[in-house]
Amino acid sequence: MTLPEIIQFVIDLLAVLLLALGIKGLSKVKSARDANRLAAFAMSLSVVGLLSYYLGTSGITIQSWIWIIIGSIIGSLFGAILAKKVPMTSMPETVALFNGCGGMSSLLVALGVAIFPISSSSLINQVSISVSIFVGAITFTGSIVAMAKLQGWLSTPGWTQSKFRHFVNIVFAVSSLIAFFDLINGNTSSIWLLVIVSSLLGIGVTLPIGGADMPVVISLLNSYSGIAAAAAGFVVNSQLLIIAGAMVGAAGLILTQVMCKGMNRSLVSVLFGGSLSAQSTASSGSGEYTNITSCSVEECALTLEAANKVIIVPGYGLAVAQAQHTLREVTKKLEQNGIEVIYAIHPVAGRMPGHMNVLLAEADVPYEQLKEMDVVNPDFPATDVVLVLGANDVVNPQAKNDSSSPLYGMPVLDVQEARTVFVIKRGMSAGYSGIKNDLFDLPNTSMVFGDAKKVLNDLIGELKDLGVGEK
Amino acid sequence: MTFINLLWVLLLGSLLGLELIGKVPPTLHTPLMSGANAISGITMLAALTCIVKAEGNVPLLIIGSVSLGFALFNVVGGFFVTDRMLAMFSRKPSNKK
Repeated sequence: MTLPEIIQFVIDLLAVLLLALGIKGLSKVKSARDANRLAAFAMSLSVVGLLSYYLGTSGITIQSWIWIIIGSIIGSLFGAILAKKVPMTSMPETVALFNGCGGMSSLLVALGVAIFPISSSSLINQVSISVSIFVGAITFTGSIVAMAKLQGWLSTPGWTQSKFRHFVNIVFAVSSLIAFFDLINGNTSSIWLLVIVSSLLGIGVTLPIGGADMPVVISLLNSYSGIAAAAAGFVVNSQLLIIAGAMVGAAGLILTQVMCKGMNRSLVSVLFGGSLSAQSTASSGSGEYTNITSCSVEECALTLEAANKVIIVPGYGLAVAQAQHTLREVTKKLEQNGIEVIYAIHPVAGRMPGHMNVLLAEADVPYEQLKEMDVVNPDFPATDVVLVLGANDVVNPQAKNDSSSPLYGMPVLDVQEARTVFVIKRGMSAGYSGIKNDLFDLPNTSMVFGDAKKVLNDLIGELKDLGVGEK
Repeated sequence: MTFINLLWVLLLGSLLGLELIGKVPPTLHTPLMSGANAISGITMLAALTCIVKAEGNVPLLIIGSVSLGFALFNVVGGFFVTDRMLAMFSRKPSNKK
């Protein structure tokens, strides 16, 4: 080992250690912020290690420096600007976009090395390049499609719910396999075929998935971006890349598993089963509502005023209406009146893992008040009022009672156990799954129709009139 | 570094990742995801390697530079956005007026 090698080795070792500590710290609330900074530091350290190695051996030409600086400045600048500007409500699409760019980066590295070999090409080298292109392309197009869907730029086309899509995706998968082996055999021209069909495969697999399945897809794509980084590590022979990529891949897999558990669906059924609505059309799950009670904001305010314990159940609708701050004002008033307020968070509420937690944190809700499903479910019988805001399938009692329902078996919040349930909703349209919600028909449930933000604003007014929250 | 050794590194890295994270509280699902996401931008090292080893090959320099840009967009954006989220979590309600 020469001196530059030893220096790089020591720095890399330190970087891996700090990255591992960073990831570990990110799983605890107290240490998370420092851990994130530690990981960022470890990443910059790894750059120093790499550059110092090349400075000590082959040297870095002025030309290389120029291209390094151009790329870094542009990339960092856009990244920093986006990160500062983006509103918290669009976090899912932001994460998807960053993710896609990571995939694009490994795709480009592999392409560059494939076209202009920087070291003697071997079979293993070819395999690494092919894997890197394949995973990188899927990560990129998949993430961009996910982002476009979350932004509302792209809806789920009807044909993607038919069996036809399996045929299309199988064609893409087989073609990429052919291109893969062709490339390994030394036919470099098939590299473009591989790029194109794996990009199409990424689109074809992500496009049919939407709505409530989104958290699974986002965390799975996150895992892919780690695998793409590890594959790029094989291409340039870097252990650091492989370790970091593998750790990210594992983190994504754990989250994916947590999300699947939250819906009681297997990963396979999310990826290939299509949306729930496609399965439910023929089942007894759909039907007419017979016993809907609707009530005014005033009644809702009166009931809230008399309550001792209130549980809020937020869902994606809250994020869409951007009503988190208004909600916080309402709960502040209730708390000032000595009413106990907690928030019940379903594992898959929203469009990415932990979506509701981020949203409520932005509105200054202390995280101690956010309760997980298993913790909060025994509390419902002792609760006076439940406010359901933009959530639907996660509070459907069918999941427990009706074995013919497509939702059957999915863990849900037992809101119907509470004395009174108010559901704030725009209209009677079904949830993402298109399944009738039995909760709305129950005698202790009242519907408050209207936009979540507007209803909450009216509620603040009514509570004020009642003198709630004013000493 | 032989291929087999790299495979060992991959295996141990994956196990390390699974072991490190284990049970994550739901509050941290998003920050963990975006933090991990930022780390996946470690491909910037591969892009740097490309640029340094390009030896005046302009197309490769450009590809490397674009790749570096994408990776740093991922890294810088990812860490900043994670920090922004975590800052909200650590904010104590009592500190406010």
